[in-house]
Amino acid sequence: MNILDPQGPIAAAEKVILIDSIAIMLAIVLPTIAAIFAFAFWFRRSNPRAIYLPDWEYSGRLELVVWSIPALTVILLGGVAWIGSHQLDPAKPVAGTGAGVTIQVVSLDWKWLFIYPDQRIASLNSLTVPVGSPLHFELTSASVMNAFFVPQLGSMIYTMNGMVNHLELRADEVGTYQGLSAHFSGDGFPSMLFDVNVVSQTQFADWASDAARSGTPLDRSAYGELAKQSMPKDKPVYQLADPLLFHDIATQEIPPAPGPSLTSNLARPTSTSNGASGGGNDAR
Amino acid sequence: MTDVMADERLHLSTVHEGPASKRIVTGYGFWIFLLSDFVMFSGFFAAYAVLLGQTAGGPKGAEIFDLRNVAVETGCLLMSSFTCGLASIAAGARNRLWFQIAMAVTCVLGLAFLSIEFNEFASLVARGAGPSRSAFLSAFFSLVGCHGLHVSAGILWLLTMMAQVFAKGFRADIQRRFLCFALFWHALDIIWVAVFSVVYLLGSAP
Amino acid sequence: MLGKLTWDAIPFDQPIPLITGALVLVIMLAIVVWIVLAGHLPYLWREWITSVDHKRIGVMYTLLAMVMLLRGFSDAIMMRGQQALAFHSEGFLPPEHYNQIFSAHGTIMIFFVAMPFVIGLMNLVVPLQLGVRDVAFPTLNSVGFWLTATGALLVNVSLVVGEFARTGWLPYPPLSELTYSPGVGVDYYLWSLQISGVGTLVAGINLVTTVLKLRTRGMSYLRMPMFCWTALASNLLIVAAFPILTATLAMLILDRYFGFHFFTNEAGGNVMMFMNLIWAWGHPEVYILVLPAFGIYSEVVATFSGKPLFGYRSMVLATMAICVISFMVWLHHFFTMGAGADVNAIFGIASMIIAVPTGVKIYNWLFTMYGGRIRFDTPMLWSIGFMVTFILGGLTGVLVAVPPADFLLHNSLFLVAHFHNVIIGGVLFGAFAGYAYWFPKAFGFRLHEGLGKAAFWFWLIGFYIAFMPMYWLGFLGMTRRMQHYDVAEWRPWLMVAAAGVAVIMIGILFQIAQLVVSIRDRAELRDTTGDPWDGRSLEWATASPPPVFNFAVMPDVEGPDAYWEWKRHARRGDAAGKEPAYRDIEMPRNSPTGFVCAFFATVMGFALIWHIWWMVLLGGIGAFATFVVFAWRDHDEYVISAAEVARIDRAYREERAAGMGSAS
Repeated sequence: MNILDPQGPIAAAEKVILIDSIAIMLAIVLPTIAAIFAFAFWFRRSNPRAIYLPDWEYSGRLELVVWSIPALTVILLGGVAWIGSHQLDPAKPVAGTGAGVTIQVVSLDWKWLFIYPDQRIASLNSLTVPVGSPLHFELTSASVMNAFFVPQLGSMIYTMNGMVNHLELRADEVGTYQGLSAHFSGDGFPSMLFDVNVVSQTQFADWASDAARSGTPLDRSAYGELAKQSMPKDKPVYQLADPLLFHDIATQEIPPAPGPSLTSNLARPTSTSNGASGGGNDAR
Repeated sequence: MTDVMADERLHLSTVHEGPASKRIVTGYGFWIFLLSDFVMFSGFFAAYAVLLGQTAGGPKGAEIFDLRNVAVETGCLLMSSFTCGLASIAAGARNRLWFQIAMAVTCVLGLAFLSIEFNEFASLVARGAGPSRSAFLSAFFSLVGCHGLHVSAGILWLLTMMAQVFAKGFRADIQRRFLCFALFWHALDIIWVAVFSVVYLLGSAP
Repeated sequence: MLGKLTWDAIPFDQPIPLITGALVLVIMLAIVVWIVLAGHLPYLWREWITSVDHKRIGVMYTLLAMVMLLRGFSDAIMMRGQQALAFHSEGFLPPEHYNQIFSAHGTIMIFFVAMPFVIGLMNLVVPLQLGVRDVAFPTLNSVGFWLTATGALLVNVSLVVGEFARTGWLPYPPLSELTYSPGVGVDYYLWSLQISGVGTLVAGINLVTTVLKLRTRGMSYLRMPMFCWTALASNLLIVAAFPILTATLAMLILDRYFGFHFFTNEAGGNVMMFMNLIWAWGHPEVYILVLPAFGIYSEVVATFSGKPLFGYRSMVLATMAICVISFMVWLHHFFTMGAGADVNAIFGIASMIIAVPTGVKIYNWLFTMYGGRIRFDTPMLWSIGFMVTFILGGLTGVLVAVPPADFLLHNSLFLVAHFHNVIIGGVLFGAFAGYAYWFPKAFGFRLHEGLGKAAFWFWLIGFYIAFMPMYWLGFLGMTRRMQHYDVAEWRPWLMVAAAGVAVIMIGILFQIAQLVVSIRDRAELRDTTGDPWDGRSLEWATASPPPVFNFAVMPDVEGPDAYWEWKRHARRGDAAGKEPAYRDIEMPRNSPTGFVCAFFATVMGFALIWHIWWMVLLGGIGAFATFVVFAWRDHDEYVISAAEVARIDRAYREERAAGMGSAS
């Protein structure tokens, strides 16, 4: 999950910006820190050789320098920020092999549902994508805010109920990576990790058609079960029985997912670690 | 810095004079408080602007605002500011009778405002257009209601001031307190002008 | 009858909060019993609880902050401990506890440690530096303190009665809405902050009015000490920003209590609006915290370099620039919400612009040291530690201000390291410097220097060991607030971070020891002249501790660094050292208003949380009655006779003359 080990162009470009910005700032910061130590040491009271300037409190020239150094640094970095923000806007299309894959992402409590509308499949907590293709993500949430994040592929983005966000990524190396939610969403939050399987184009096509044939059907009632608070261990693949599922979730045709099932008394912490399917770990 | 008494020195008009008088300090501090209150109202105004269109299938502003009522309310409140001004003049002239009369009229006008507003709210709730119907209605009720709560607090303060003047006359500290009350009451008027313009007038456009 | 409150609210089956709560209750009871039996209650009531003296109130604010630091730090120990252990394991804290702990940690540290600490120091020092007798509204000052204490009390009550919020220190909806947080936790958070927020606003109004309208004769704006400028900027921010917090929390309260739809998922609520509103408060808040710390550094660095602050006017400009710009950067807290490239870029650039005046300040402190004769007493150590640490924190801040970098680092441990870097390195180190610097003024004796230095080194080293690994963990993809994890790469760094916390704990133990030893040895550590550090500003021109009226005669100021100039003349024997003409002094009477009002506020807050409506009504009536009773009093001041003033002042002048070795 190391962001310094990017596996796609977005992450790679963001890493460059990261390193370059750090370098630019270190060029100012390190000499300043050195000066702090040097002045503190040299002008210690016990040093008779140091000059004492008890009335020196202003120098126009120094003021000019002192305002200029941060200002110039900020102008430089500001340029990086402007250009970088535009080039790496999450919704900006990424070039790649073929037309790409559309993936509709729904964050639930506490798992990720990935819907492939064109392939008519869906998967839970496991994202399979073809290498080199543009990946068009449309993201929403069934309940509370989350953030979709695959560190080695690049930019994270919030998921919010009733709204759709757009993210364009590409994975350039075959392999298995990790994704997670980067925004705290409640008691089951640590479970919101998901696998990212980057496979070859043909493997992807095979996987998709397999799932379309043999996956469990994902219709509204199956989704209704998923929407309840739980931390499933399985990573099933589904046939997408309802092609408008994402649309209905995003427009709140399907109402937002329910909260915790209430224990008898609201006066104490409600334990939500008793998952429905598969069950999470009950640490108590 | 010397230890010599201030008034033994040459009086230079450019020298900072020292701490301001109690009356100025009190008034200034209360102004700062009023500015902070304006900021709080602006939070509710912002929420209103954002949520204006979120009627969730419920009624829009044009469907629920009764501009005649609003006109009467506004008349009452603006009039009450005038009578509060009269009370200020009476306090300045140390005239207890006219002070109490002016304050009583202010109170009546303020209560009239509140009762019209309360009725408006009650009837909206009764027809299912209460604050829990939609985000727009939540924003409407809280913005207008926040102002109404401030007016209610103002009435409590008003009655306390009347009691104070009745019991103790126009002592300096009571005068300062009354100055603050008057500022508060006028500020509520200013807020109301913003409320009825932004909410009722703009919102009544179909 | 008692709303939602039942015996189930007490965690009889959860050992950690149960035992902690029982322990704290026993200790508090023991202290109260000792106070009463030893006959200290009248003294405490008269001299502290009902005091409207800014010096007393400042001390109480600071004490509150330091006690709450222990609570917040205990939360930190548990968090680091949990994360060090919870690899392929649930650790020792189940999610519903861990989530309360990190939420309480942040809430307490920001609202009940950092805020009271800086407000306490400003309260203590600003009137003295301005050469006046008290703040603009002394009784209101007391109200503000006690309301803050109420908020702190409510948060701590949640440990043993009910639960605290599990949403993080900022309760983002929809998680904080009733649907997803049906318990009382979020309500504890909301009411505790609404109540203490009133206290903070009151302090803000007080200090703004004091700085703008209450300065001694001759002290024009450009002759004020730098700390007063930063106090002004910080309190202007309080007045402008805290009402936004009040409004936003009120909206969430309306959602939760009355079914409103400001931020709900359904009926048109807008969660993005919450984020905008809360951070429109939240960003100015961090400048409210750091600006007074910057002011402290300006005072300390100048004093311990034996030179005036370099570039005073530039510093004033930089301070006011930070004040204004801090309102223009709030969106950088949610670049990843998807607002688009133009919006993100503009706010990113604005966030960097605020680094310019901050950088200017660092350089001005640097050049204050240049050509100085630097003494490395504890306050100066904290200041130098701050300068280095804060620069690094600022670097990482500018880094996450670049939106594409933030797209990788938002909400990660890199971010957590950044904000602890600037808050600990900036605000807390500044508060500790101020504490060491002004302690002698407040109490009349110094703090033990050796223990202070030890505390500094353990804090500094512990801080780096605890937080530098977190920067790296951010690069390794770890996000914040994880109760357990399965990524092996992360574990070693989390264990190092836990070790760092242990080192900091030793630092805290040294600070406690320092206080105990200093009180025990106070005779040897006594400050007789009122000026233990050879200071430059007016707080050093009176006794330690100052008499209730601060100055027998309010000083006449002719330039900046007023006391330094006076000493220079006095040493040359120029100044006419003759005794001033003493006069009667009127001081505000003590009042129980603050304490009683806060009592009713506590009752109301608790009742609102548990939906005990009759208790809310009673509390409200009680609070209103308190104010009416206060308004009804006939004597709000008392007189100190000129003779008494003379007696007190002559004793001080003798000690000062002896200390300076010249007739004065």
